[in-house]
Amino acid sequence: MGELRAYAALAAAQARSVFSYRTSFLFELLSNVGATVFDVLTVLVLFRATDEIGGFVLPEALLMTGIMSAGFSLADLLVGNVDQLKTYVRAGTLDAVLVRPLAALPQLLLMDLPLRKLLRVVFGCGVLTVAVGMNEIHWTPARVALLALAPLACAVFMGAIFVISATLAFWWVDSGQLGSAFTYGGRDFASYPITVYGPIFRALFAYVVGLAFIAYQPALALLGHPDPLGLPAWAGFASPLVALAAAGAATVVWRAGIRHYRSTGS
Amino acid sequence: MVFGYMRCYVLLAVAASAPGGQPAGYRPDQLVTYVWFGQGLLSVVMLWGWAELAERIRTGDVAADLLRPVAPVTAYLATDLGRAGHGLLTRFIPPVVVGALCFPMRLPERWQTVPLFLVSVLLAVIVSFGCRYLVNATAYWLQDARGPIMLWVLGAGVLGGLYFPLRLLPHWLAVTLWVGTPLPSILQTPLDVAAERDGPAMQAGLIVLQAGWATALLALAALVQRRAERRLVVQGG
Repeated sequence: MGELRAYAALAAAQARSVFSYRTSFLFELLSNVGATVFDVLTVLVLFRATDEIGGFVLPEALLMTGIMSAGFSLADLLVGNVDQLKTYVRAGTLDAVLVRPLAALPQLLLMDLPLRKLLRVVFGCGVLTVAVGMNEIHWTPARVALLALAPLACAVFMGAIFVISATLAFWWVDSGQLGSAFTYGGRDFASYPITVYGPIFRALFAYVVGLAFIAYQPALALLGHPDPLGLPAWAGFASPLVALAAAGAATVVWRAGIRHYRSTGS
Repeated sequence: MVFGYMRCYVLLAVAASAPGGQPAGYRPDQLVTYVWFGQGLLSVVMLWGWAELAERIRTGDVAADLLRPVAPVTAYLATDLGRAGHGLLTRFIPPVVVGALCFPMRLPERWQTVPLFLVSVLLAVIVSFGCRYLVNATAYWLQDARGPIMLWVLGAGVLGGLYFPLRLLPHWLAVTLWVGTPLPSILQTPLDVAAERDGPAMQAGLIVLQAGWATALLALAALVQRRAERRLVVQGG
């Protein structure tokens, strides 16, 4: 209980600090949603030039973008700031976190709760809602459950990717570029039907990293659209399992990283 | 690099199913040029956030710049051109080589394209610098330029032509952006020149437009700087 109260106090302090500059907060709220809006806009612009991309029409592609947008924005809101870890490692701020009698990761996340990203989640869910409305989906109980679970599984998966790529900073302080290739790169990758990518690139990101199970496969399962690449229809329902596996991997990597941390200085 | 692969595959998929196979008038090999030259130019024109000046204004260090015998706009421009030149040598070539190895890339065929491209890149750096300087200079009035910088990063990426070629937009909108804002002059113009999307006359015309924006922005930056100096109060000792 005491621990929970401590976390609540940290979160409340963050919220107070954010709300004390209201205009600035509003401004940040609005410009933050912009990035997500442009991602969706890009998909719409590309479909102006053609009726189908990689064998999928706009409503189908938008369903993938929607799942990704809702899930990614949620992950970014909750754990996206873990990418600040490289700054904390370089400056030695992490020491202050480690001496407190609370778990390190939640503390780090609460050090800067980015409420300005809130509107993105709303927008992402909006896109998903519109996309679901545009498609004719034959609803079954399993598909209803999948629609509810897919964005959450996406959030868990992307959250795991955020943590893993931030953890690189324990071994290699200047890891920003490599990390964002997997976080933002992963988001862009999974926003499109994976049939558009070349075989090697696709195999690497979709099935070695697992990004195919984030938006592409669940969208196929919702639509009842057979996978042109040959995976069975139930593959989409595996997305929560893939997300849990990623979360497990992130836990292992994070623990190894914390143990490896030797602070800065002599 | 990862982003280069993704944009390239997505645009090629668009071209594969577009009627005529030429979305917005680009052949597939021109799209490859567009994407990979764009990845290379990204760090040359510095499309991302630059907050050095804003930070110096906020801390008051800018006072030291004003004491120097060179006008701040000129001094910062010189630094930026040096940075861009270094970027052109070190950061531009690797993505272009990777792109050329992995995809069928169109390399310039007309003799005048290479010199035109280099001029266009120089102008693009100046236009980008002018925009970034103006965005940073808002700190003279606002103290904190984070908001405007965020807006710039957002607008420059999408309206500069990084996410998709602006020619994919409705024609009137693309023309309005080109003439009405400096943003397409930062990435879209040099990329269209390199991909030889248009005939030689249009290539040159786009560069003239770019030169107009570069001149206007430098003049505006100098004007804003003079205005700011008159009202600047450096805080602290």
